[in-house]
Amino acid sequence: MLIEIKDSPFEPYQRLLEYQSAAGFAGKYGATAVFVGSMREFNQGDDVEAMLLEHYPGMTEKYLQKISEEAAKKWDILDSLIVHRIGEMLPNDPIVLVAVWSAHRAAAFDASRYLMEELKSRAPFWKKENLVEGERWVDKNT
Amino acid sequence: MSITVKFFASLREQVGQPEAEVSENVVKTVADVWNTTTNDMSIPENTLMAVNMDYVESTHAVKAGDEVAFFPPVTGG
Repeated sequence: MLIEIKDSPFEPYQRLLEYQSAAGFAGKYGATAVFVGSMREFNQGDDVEAMLLEHYPGMTEKYLQKISEEAAKKWDILDSLIVHRIGEMLPNDPIVLVAVWSAHRAAAFDASRYLMEELKSRAPFWKKENLVEGERWVDKNT
Repeated sequence: MSITVKFFASLREQVGQPEAEVSENVVKTVADVWNTTTNDMSIPENTLMAVNMDYVESTHAVKAGDEVAFFPPVTGG
């Protein structure tokens, strides 16, 4: 179980491969569910040129850890990984990676969905968009 | 030992400061902390509150050494 906050661009598939290669569950898992969220170049009908992602150091990590532990209790999973960007971002940059490993697919699917939904509703991150007309805080998650 | 107060994102900009300190002698609840540190500014709807990095309601009691935070709805992921 690992959570990472990154202040510079990361390559989610490379990170996934590194983590999986170093993890101790080779041969144990039959399913890997992977979610990658990326920055769009549009939002609410406007072109977005760049974005700033802010977090609450300490509380963000605490809540990502908390939801990871909740998922491990609710489902029979082998491991989970959450990587989330902060700082200045450009369209197409990966924002978040969630990966879950389990013996069978149902637990990996369900736990990865849970991690993403809980991250979106509870982890203290905030997005500020840079539009042609100026800056705008994103006021709620869809 | 006083209470440390933090404001994040749009709330930090509205309040005009990222951090404040308040004496535990003048506040009993999280709502008191808001009123004292913002000069009774009306609190925006949907404001989230945390004490020592756990979500709480505005009626939650505070004590010396606590870290209290105010922030808008979260928009990560």
